[in-house]
Amino acid sequence: MNYQISIWPLAAVLISLIGSIPIMLSDRSPNLRESWTLLIAFLKVVIVASLLPTVLAGGGFQFTIAEVIPGVPLALRVDAMGMFFALVASSLWFFTSVYSIGYMRSLDEHGQTRYYASFAVAISATLGVAFSANLLTLYLFYEMLSLSTYPLVTHHQDAEARQSGRKYLTYILGTSIGLALPAMLIVYSLAGTLDFKIGGILSGTGASPQTLALVLVLFLFGFAKSGLMPVHGWLPAAMVAPTPVSSFLHGVAVVKVGVFSVLRVIFHIFGPEQLLAVNLGWVITTLASITILVASLVALTQDNLKRRLAYSTIGQLSYMILGAGMLSAVGMTGGLLHIAMHAFGKITLFFCAGAIYVAAGKKYISQMDGLGRRMPITYLAFFFGSLSIIGMPPLGGFISKWNLALGAIESGHLILLVVLLVSSLLNALYFFPIVYRGFFLPAAQGEPEGIKEAPVFCLVPLSVTAACSLILFFWPSVFYRLAQLALGL
Amino acid sequence: MSASNLHVYVMAAPLLTAFFVNLLGRISKVWIAPLTIGSLAFSSFASLIVMGRVIAYGGFSYTVGNWKAPYGIELVVDHLSAVMLVLISLVALTGSISAVKSVFQELPDQEYLFFTLYLILITGLYGLVLTGDAFNLYVLLEITSITTYGLIAMGKGRAPLASFNYIIMGSIGASFYLLGVGYLYLMTGSLNMADIAGMLQTMDGGAAIATSLAFILVGLWVKMAFFPLHGWLPNAYSLAPTGAALVAAPLMTKVTIYLMVRVMFSIYSVDYLFITHPIIQNGIVWVAAVAIICASALALAQRDLKRMLTYIIVAEVGYMVGGIWLVNSTGMTGAVLHIVNDAVMTLCLFLAAAALVYRLGDLNFDNLQGIYRKMPVTMAAFTVGAFAMIGVPPTAGFFSKWYLILGGIEAGQWIYVIALLFSSLINAVLFFRIIEIGYFFKEGEHHGHEKVAEAPLSMQVPLVISAAALIVIGLSTGPLVKTIIKLALPAGF
Amino acid sequence: MDQFTALIVAKYNYWIYVTLMMIGFYAMIGKKNLVKKLIGMNIFQTAIILMFVSAGVKQGARIPILDKHHVMEHGVNVAEIVNPLPHVLMLTAIVVSVSVTGVALAILLRIYREYGTLEEDEILEKLEK
Repeated sequence: MNYQISIWPLAAVLISLIGSIPIMLSDRSPNLRESWTLLIAFLKVVIVASLLPTVLAGGGFQFTIAEVIPGVPLALRVDAMGMFFALVASSLWFFTSVYSIGYMRSLDEHGQTRYYASFAVAISATLGVAFSANLLTLYLFYEMLSLSTYPLVTHHQDAEARQSGRKYLTYILGTSIGLALPAMLIVYSLAGTLDFKIGGILSGTGASPQTLALVLVLFLFGFAKSGLMPVHGWLPAAMVAPTPVSSFLHGVAVVKVGVFSVLRVIFHIFGPEQLLAVNLGWVITTLASITILVASLVALTQDNLKRRLAYSTIGQLSYMILGAGMLSAVGMTGGLLHIAMHAFGKITLFFCAGAIYVAAGKKYISQMDGLGRRMPITYLAFFFGSLSIIGMPPLGGFISKWNLALGAIESGHLILLVVLLVSSLLNALYFFPIVYRGFFLPAAQGEPEGIKEAPVFCLVPLSVTAACSLILFFWPSVFYRLAQLALGL
Repeated sequence: MSASNLHVYVMAAPLLTAFFVNLLGRISKVWIAPLTIGSLAFSSFASLIVMGRVIAYGGFSYTVGNWKAPYGIELVVDHLSAVMLVLISLVALTGSISAVKSVFQELPDQEYLFFTLYLILITGLYGLVLTGDAFNLYVLLEITSITTYGLIAMGKGRAPLASFNYIIMGSIGASFYLLGVGYLYLMTGSLNMADIAGMLQTMDGGAAIATSLAFILVGLWVKMAFFPLHGWLPNAYSLAPTGAALVAAPLMTKVTIYLMVRVMFSIYSVDYLFITHPIIQNGIVWVAAVAIICASALALAQRDLKRMLTYIIVAEVGYMVGGIWLVNSTGMTGAVLHIVNDAVMTLCLFLAAAALVYRLGDLNFDNLQGIYRKMPVTMAAFTVGAFAMIGVPPTAGFFSKWYLILGGIEAGQWIYVIALLFSSLINAVLFFRIIEIGYFFKEGEHHGHEKVAEAPLSMQVPLVISAAALIVIGLSTGPLVKTIIKLALPAGF
Repeated sequence: MDQFTALIVAKYNYWIYVTLMMIGFYAMIGKKNLVKKLIGMNIFQTAIILMFVSAGVKQGARIPILDKHHVMEHGVNVAEIVNPLPHVLMLTAIVVSVSVTGVALAILLRIYREYGTLEEDEILEKLEK
């Protein structure tokens, strides 16, 4: 494949990192600060979108930042898989920025400058992960994301935030340093390179199946952002963050970075053929299946809406890893597609949770009886979002789940099909009661009057993302094409 | 001043200035800072030229008083010592800018004494790096140590006691080194390193040579605070005046590790060390692993920022000793690179500590609450230094650790690899504990420091420079290793 | 036994230095009084100086002061003169050791003024309070 040398990938990554400086400098003037945020978010989408046509045509871009280790430069590369993720992340960041303004202003949060600045750094890191040309660069941006999200998770700066921040870092940093780093070093000492290549770099190195299995497991748990059990504990804890953070970072950026890293490793470090040859797919699918089922069951028991969404996320993330672990073309495509479909669905749900909190001050599902009649737009969007996550037509989630199911059949593991079906049922069980309570149950006694829809800054983004979920059912072709290119199909 | 003896001027500048600082500094304090910083700036500039020359033409030497080697005293520059010269110069220069402020606050009316010793200490460090003579090395080792004893004893409270303890330990170390050199001299009749090396290749030294190596190594280990011989270091460096710790902490242990490399490979040979003693080699790597783990664990028990940093220094010594004894080029590259990186990281953290001490007085953890809001620049730089210690890319600390771990994997020393990873995790805990304390507690919740403001500019600038250097060095690791470090490795790697 | 005695007698200078060194080492590590520690350190260093100096000595040799004309005519018979180099080296080593002792004594003075004692355990006791 030919990659043009271009500065644009770097620009796409750095624009928000550099943009964090004017954001910090306009501390005194919130309007100016938010204008900067929106401007940067908009420019970012434009840059990423401008790179899209070349990638769809089978090309790509490359830029080497620095030669740091023999054979492993710090380099950015826009290929199909990176473009796939960058498109999702940058467009959703724009919506989140709009939403943040509504949310943070309504609740009159403190430390907003730090919030916007950290957010800008975090999205830089996310695009950096998407556009990494090799594992080392990916690791760099992965760590940058972990560290830049710490101030966001602990935004409230109280005892609870402190505890959660600790848990967050323990899981995320502990696994990346303790497991992913040695795995990366072993790969480097085996292959002498860390470049992402279709077909993988580990075939032909003569590594024993035991070594491969060890490295695979180290990577699966090392990228703990993907929330594979038992290293998922940080995600529910991180829900103390303000809702835009939970929605974007813990519904899209951070968790998808984890999954993206795992998928990169499976597709472009090991290579599906290599994994098939040594028969390691079952390790991935088993871990993913357990996570899917357990997380869905736990989600049923959660009363705090954000925590329920968090457990739902944990389950859904493992769908993507499950798809990759099937090692069949359709299954892997489904896994990749689910990154996009789930992102649009889940961010809608989180936006709705935040909107409910802004408008009604409620966090617990048991208190949300009758809210749907007062906040119909929010609840409708919530309904769409949950349909997409459950995987019902006519929403985007159906496309990816359909592919996953086909993949399960193609790979011959029918048990995986059962897992998918049971899990979808559980999804329905934990989402529908919320909608039902909202629309059909009477409001509790002594409910304050005058609860109405959240501010328009909150309402517009969640409607748009809900609409996107719908649109993706009818026009998934861009993402579909990118996924196929990424797998070399 | 010709180019071939420029390195002598590097060394002479601070030595001569030391006398002027002492004389003129007595008369008026205004002389002290310009003289000190001026001479170090000159040395930095000259050592950069020396480095350029070494890269272009290779190493060269200067014979003092024109007595030819092996009888005369040689001052040798090769790639490795050029790296060390530049490192010492730049670290000392950056440190001294900040030290001026801190010393004028902590040691009023003793500034000229402090900076006299300070400059002689740096002269001694230059000398250690340059000398090609085993006995001179002993004398210079003692010059650096004696000045450090004096500097540490200038501290408050228990500092004299810590200094005395250091004197006893340091003298044992130096005496062991001298004893080792004595054995070598008895066997070869020479003190010039290159000369001894030539003779050792042809002779079968037997037990006496092995004993000399053992004595020299133990002596240097005491001086570099290699666990379990580290007992003197934490007290000495944490109780010393902040200005003294600023230069002693980044440089002393690192220069001693350089000496170990020099002695091991310029006097003894790779074959002698490793091929004949595989058990000893394995044993030392294991001790290094234990050193890393234990020192990290001890750091966890500290409740004072400066003390915590001193234990981290002890752990880092384990990194480098282990890396050197891995016997492969990757590990050696990592160790040499880590000498550079660790010096800059330690400098950055101690500069931050100096800025905090300047405003807070005492660095007990309780004092640091809410410090991020009050001293944002200082703490931002501190955070960069902390990330480097943890080993977060793209800071310099990540890349030297990369080489060290890779070397461990290549050599099959899994305990060492695990120790390095463990220590990275512990460092993460250590520093995030501080970041958490600094970030969370609101002002006046325990202690009110309403008057605390950002550190003065002359402390902020060196701090920010050192933090930026960590990232710049990290990003230029590739060229740095290719053009300098690889050539600085001892013969046989 | 005879061999052992012969070993001791033949290398008596080394045995003396080793004994002295051990005495010094014990004082540095084992004694509680700081001055005794310092004296131990001096004994330790002296032992090493003795080793160097004795290494340069030859039986029946003279001091190395040579007549220029004599050397030019007859050359130097190295067996007749002691090796001067170790002695010169030890001059430097003595200077070093004196400097260290000086610094250490100055520090001990400060410690004494501050705590009123030079016994390590008493000082630690005072620090505990």
